[in-house]
Amino acid sequence: MQIDPAKCVACGNCTYVCPVGAISIDPSIKRAVVNQDECVECYSCFNGLSQEHLNPTFVRTVRRVFQTLRLRFDPEPDVCPTAAFSPQELVWPRVVRRAFSDPRVPHESTGVHGRGTEEVKTNDISGRVQAGEVGFTIEFGRPGVGVWFRDIQEMCWALARAGVAFEKKNPITSLMSDVSTGTLRPDIMGEKVLSAIVEIKVPISRTEEIIQLVREVEPRLDTVIALGVGARCDQDGEEETVGPILERLGYRLERAKTNIGLGRITNANPL
Amino acid sequence: MTNTLHRYGPSESFRDDYIVFAIASKGRNDEGALEKQRRFLQLALPFHPVNLGDALHGGALRPSSNMNPLDHWSRDVRPDFQAVIDGLNQATTVAAVFDNREAAENFVAAIKAEDLGLSVNISTSVEGAEQCCLAAGLERHSVGYSLGFEGKTEKLPDEQVLLLSTMCGHGMVSHALARKMLDWVREGRRTPEQAAAVLTRFCSCGVFNPTRAARVLAGSGNAEKAT
Repeated sequence: MQIDPAKCVACGNCTYVCPVGAISIDPSIKRAVVNQDECVECYSCFNGLSQEHLNPTFVRTVRRVFQTLRLRFDPEPDVCPTAAFSPQELVWPRVVRRAFSDPRVPHESTGVHGRGTEEVKTNDISGRVQAGEVGFTIEFGRPGVGVWFRDIQEMCWALARAGVAFEKKNPITSLMSDVSTGTLRPDIMGEKVLSAIVEIKVPISRTEEIIQLVREVEPRLDTVIALGVGARCDQDGEEETVGPILERLGYRLERAKTNIGLGRITNANPL
Repeated sequence: MTNTLHRYGPSESFRDDYIVFAIASKGRNDEGALEKQRRFLQLALPFHPVNLGDALHGGALRPSSNMNPLDHWSRDVRPDFQAVIDGLNQATTVAAVFDNREAAENFVAAIKAEDLGLSVNISTSVEGAEQCCLAAGLERHSVGYSLGFEGKTEKLPDEQVLLLSTMCGHGMVSHALARKMLDWVREGRRTPEQAAAVLTRFCSCGVFNPTRAARVLAGSGNAEKAT
């Protein structure tokens, strides 16, 4: 993302809306600037800020007059008064930043928007997680911290060494040059994204082992992890196998997404 | 929508937060999904959702690409649900957000009766979803638990900010903007509803809950504890 210095009036609104704090006001030029190394190309500034198309010279003059009179104009905080943002053409490997950070862009590997995964959301017809299995979503960088692929690599290697299988229909898996070792393409190691999800599936008996493994790797990563665990309910709608393990490990099960089983295969020629 | 899963807060804080969303599985039931998803959104209207959205175009309160400067003094904070329904032009993930369990229960019952064939999920507290299924006569098929945040949690902001910013799991609502709105409400520069509307506009798939946000903003200084 770029900010046109000819349009920017340094109002500062955008410095608050950037999820990773990559925008700041450069006092030497009195304009907002984007730290390209930290920017994850999420487009939150470009898509989220309402845009006015005011004349920059006019706005700067008004701001100077207000400053002289010690008056504070209290504009809406989610507006770019001069529509100063302009997306840049992204090329490989930087384009992966947007693919993982801008939720409006579908992942080419899965065709799914957002982080590009279906998980247990469609488990009622995909059967991705069966009885006796547990699905893990290990999400890096969330909430609002971001993650470098080199950190994701650490976890992928550790999981592969433990002999787990990575979900095939997952954007991170699609970026692996060697799925058996969990090795990601080397040319994306210097890219940062807002968040990314690694998905694996193991027998329920390995639940504790996987959680311990994640906990062992976490201190080596310079980011946060949001851990999700998916399980199949029994025919009465009860889930009494995975939940108790998680509670025994000290987790409070406050929130969940619940697939209520209304999906069915309707395509004429389903996969 | 994993983006609704990891909302921060104890179960009690989700008493006014029920997200019901519909998704098609690629290659299995995505043919004709667009019309079914439009129907899903229409069915939500009688139950008075607080937000409605699709993953491509956003929610019922959106930013403007050509805002009138005079709007600074008369910003409209009313959601436009019909615009969401009319704007849906491609099958994706669609969601309806409710601020009370009764509405969510009734909507789930209506979706069950309609038999759209799409996968439908409820994102709220574990107990809240169980109650919705019970009321609709449904058995849960699968459950995805949130285990919260781990790792370098020292990088995270305070609890009140997290209560707000994690309502957009895609991360489009920044911690800094949530902090700014908390401060502005405390200083009397915006009402909780106005500040909630500002945050809602950044959510790109319409799952942000402005009712819960306004409650958190109004109660700034009384942070809900996670434990």
